[in-house]
Amino acid sequence: MNFDLTDERQMLQDGLRRYLADAYTAEARKKIEDDEAAFSPDIWTGLAEMGVIGALFREDDGGFAGEGFDIALVFEELGRIGAVDPLIDTAVLGGGLIAVLGTDAQKNVIETVIAGGAHLAVAHGEPSSRFDLPRVETTATKGADGYTLNGRKAVVVNAQSAENLIVSARTSGDIADTDGISLFIIPADTDGMTLRSYSIVGGGHAAEVTLSDVSVPNEAMLGAEGAAYDAISAMNARATLAICAEALGLMESIKTLTNDYLKTRKQFGVPIGKFQALQHRLADVLIEIEQARSAVINLAGHVDAEPSVRDVHVSATKNLIGLAARLVVEEGIQMHGGIGMTNEYELGHLAKRLTMIDHRFGDADYHMEQFIKLAVA
Amino acid sequence: MDLNYTEAEIAFRDEVRAFIKAKLPDHLVDQSKLGKSLTKADYEEWHAILNAQGWLAPNWPKEFGGAAWNAVERHIFEDEMTKANAPRVVPFGLSMLGPVLQAFGSKEQQDYYLPRILNGDDWWCQGYSEPGAGSDLASVRTSAVRDGDHYIVNGQKTWTTLGQYANKIFCLVRTSKEGKPQQGISFLLIDMDTPGIEVRPIVLIDGTPEVNEVFFDNVKVPVENLVGKENKGWTYAKYLLTHERTNIAGVGFANAGLQNLKRIARLEQSGGRPLIENPHFAARIARVEMDLMAMSTTNLRVVSQAAAGQAPGAESSMLKIKGTIIRQEINALTRNAVGPYAMPFASEALDEGSNEEPVGPDYAAPATAQYLNNRKLSIFGGSNEIQRGIITKAILEL
Repeated sequence: MNFDLTDERQMLQDGLRRYLADAYTAEARKKIEDDEAAFSPDIWTGLAEMGVIGALFREDDGGFAGEGFDIALVFEELGRIGAVDPLIDTAVLGGGLIAVLGTDAQKNVIETVIAGGAHLAVAHGEPSSRFDLPRVETTATKGADGYTLNGRKAVVVNAQSAENLIVSARTSGDIADTDGISLFIIPADTDGMTLRSYSIVGGGHAAEVTLSDVSVPNEAMLGAEGAAYDAISAMNARATLAICAEALGLMESIKTLTNDYLKTRKQFGVPIGKFQALQHRLADVLIEIEQARSAVINLAGHVDAEPSVRDVHVSATKNLIGLAARLVVEEGIQMHGGIGMTNEYELGHLAKRLTMIDHRFGDADYHMEQFIKLAVA
Repeated sequence: MDLNYTEAEIAFRDEVRAFIKAKLPDHLVDQSKLGKSLTKADYEEWHAILNAQGWLAPNWPKEFGGAAWNAVERHIFEDEMTKANAPRVVPFGLSMLGPVLQAFGSKEQQDYYLPRILNGDDWWCQGYSEPGAGSDLASVRTSAVRDGDHYIVNGQKTWTTLGQYANKIFCLVRTSKEGKPQQGISFLLIDMDTPGIEVRPIVLIDGTPEVNEVFFDNVKVPVENLVGKENKGWTYAKYLLTHERTNIAGVGFANAGLQNLKRIARLEQSGGRPLIENPHFAARIARVEMDLMAMSTTNLRVVSQAAAGQAPGAESSMLKIKGTIIRQEINALTRNAVGPYAMPFASEALDEGSNEEPVGPDYAAPATAQYLNNRKLSIFGGSNEIQRGIITKAILEL
């Protein structure tokens, strides 16, 4: 048993933390939030040059790491600083699906992704699918020289910056079947595909994507027809790990801010941290964050395990993270008082971003049900 | 023990319902249902309608133009209004300053200010909190120094709700540094147009500029704007806070929020079935509904005591804590209910008069903003920590 980082990971963590502390100031982040692209090209290039994007891919795919612990390390650091950049979408989900399912020609883009020169988005969820992974209503009908897609995709993060969208569509089967789901790589400017873009709470952009008789050639298909579910499920697990690690970083930063505030804010002539009622609540917050850290470690260690083992950890971790996140957000704001309600103070951004994590890749309730099905019932 | 309203109370409730049906404008209800923010004109429109009926000031005595209802009648009125999604009545003049002037103001102040509150001539805001005086309100530092016929006011107030609409502000100011902090505070009425006052908006985490900072730089205030006696302001401030605490439980808001939550849970799908049929989510709704049922009765117990002339003390603190926990849980459940559509930042779609189509279902647009905004419920008006302190001292004697 050894919970220490390897030398390589320790170097990556130290370097990334230094880089982000220097480059990712609150001012820099606010500039990003005001910008159409929803990320800073300079910082994106900086991350690529440090090998941060490459660390999310396996050596066979052109990266240099790509294990669960690498994903956890990178995203915890991004969370600490409250970064809003779409690494989950371009690298873990988009790049990950192409790495697993792509032909040699399709895989060419991964090198560009790792170098910081390409953006991807995965358009899978739909307006009424909520968090159900197999629920795909969008259809792809085979024609003489390709496929025609029709349907709508909901809250597609990073869609407006992506040169290519990876779109899931049903080529056979019933609406909730795991079989019959196919993936297509579709250039953003393809006729019939329209994006309605908007900002999302906590930073970043997403879009509603409408597919209306979108024609794509056979080569657009990613993986075998009707057999994409296993890869979608596997990448969803890795993305869940990434967002849980990001949540952990956000929680650590909120705890630090709150801890500092309790030491400095004076009311009734003393720092409010002298009040035992607040001391004990912050102690409880600390305990839940340590639980969250262990849950992230559990998932990182099993994220590439066989699906029945992997998914128990996905649900156990995402459920715990969702509940801990709510506690940390609500206690963080409450112990700050009015200042914690303001947009300008750093806590506001971290709290919003952490709150929204429960709305991607399944919330605490969804994963409670999944866990019951997989491990209890 | 009789849990039913009396015949007279039922008749009163029916009268309120008939009034709402006849007079509450649809466009105000729609805005409230869609979680859109109200403009100054919206509030003023609703105030004028209530004033024409003589119902704008339920808690004021008849001699000042109030409805002079007892606590049960006020409860019925507030309950029916929130159920009908009526706009809230802006409390600063009506619930806060009005009772203070009636109890402690001069005849001139009563004659001048009270009708102006009812007629909508003045929009008041509250100058209590300061950057260094939040929960510890008695530590206010904004100073008022007597100079002939004027006070010269210097300092800063903060968290001034809807201060951007106000033409008047009532302030706690320090007129003496002698003795305990509570002893040197005075209650001053200030015209917002006076030179030296600057209002700066504070944007909250939901993206709205609901509160403000108000700066005072050598602001000249006539001495006749002092309420009551110099250095007795803390007494008036405490009196005001007891009035602020009527309807502190927010039962009506909670009921309206719960109905909205159930409506959404019926429309949302989970695994191809309505979300409300999901046992796990249904259990969470049930838990908060059961809590609300009990809290409504706790509220009525306190209301009945108040109607019998007993001033609510630490019971108000209990209601504030339980009421805010329930409302915040309903907000959290509503955010959960809309799933991924909690993510779009819907600030523009929530502006009044916006024709922008919401990204997801219309009921989803305000869910996250309301969850974030209502974190304030357990912070303002005496944080829940302060309320627990009151219970600890007043009831538990610890």
